[in-house]
Amino acid sequence: MQVKSRVAGGVLYVLLCGELDEHSATYTRITLDEIFDKPNFKKIIFDLSELSFMDSTGIGVLIGRYKRMKDKDIPIFITNPSTHAEKIFKMTGLYDIMPKIV
Amino acid sequence: MKYSNFMEVTFKALSVNEGFARVCVASFCVQLNPSVDEITDIKTAVSEAVTNCVVHAYPTSVKGDVILRCELEGDLVTITVTDKGVGIKDIEKAREPFYTSKPSAERSGMGFTVMESFMDDVQVLSNSFGTCVKMTKRIQANENEKVG
Repeated sequence: MQVKSRVAGGVLYVLLCGELDEHSATYTRITLDEIFDKPNFKKIIFDLSELSFMDSTGIGVLIGRYKRMKDKDIPIFITNPSTHAEKIFKMTGLYDIMPKIV
Repeated sequence: MKYSNFMEVTFKALSVNEGFARVCVASFCVQLNPSVDEITDIKTAVSEAVTNCVVHAYPTSVKGDVILRCELEGDLVTITVTDKGVGIKDIEKAREPFYTSKPSAERSGMGFTVMESFMDDVQVLSNSFGTCVKMTKRIQANENEKVG
């Protein structure tokens, strides 16, 4: 798993590259929290175009980040999910808290 | 006669083996000529079952075995993921969507729900000597001829 990020126009773009499962969850969680701690953005967009695999452990990681940012009033959005990730998001209702944007 | 084949691997209940388990089953199932969606469904279900073994089966630092078996009978894939861990106290509750015995660990509690959604059938057997998750999925006929 690789996490790449950049801030542009008050938006934090996070690119998740690789496989998000139990093995990569801790690293992903810690890395994202480090990035999220920098207060130079008002919105977060997760770009999942490079995410090759995700299971329900990944959902747990995303929900955990949502809870952290909710306290700061910073919304999170999802873009470019694979068909597979989309299936899991719809099943778990993740889009209700992290809407998909095109 | 129906096409028939099986494979079985045993590995330690470590998260580093999750990717191996997924790829192992996916590679084996390729002989049935499944679609990409079907393979991804199977990989995800295997990942969920193995994650349960890694996270829940062996609560002490001494990690035991996970036995992963995949059987092919005609177009039917049967996968069993077995551990020799502490078992699941309440299987019905464990299978409920969003239920997790470890809420503080940011777990979604959707493991069994994902398995049930991505496979045709999921059975769970568990006692204090271990847990066995048996999942089946029928591969739909594809245009290309199947191996065997």
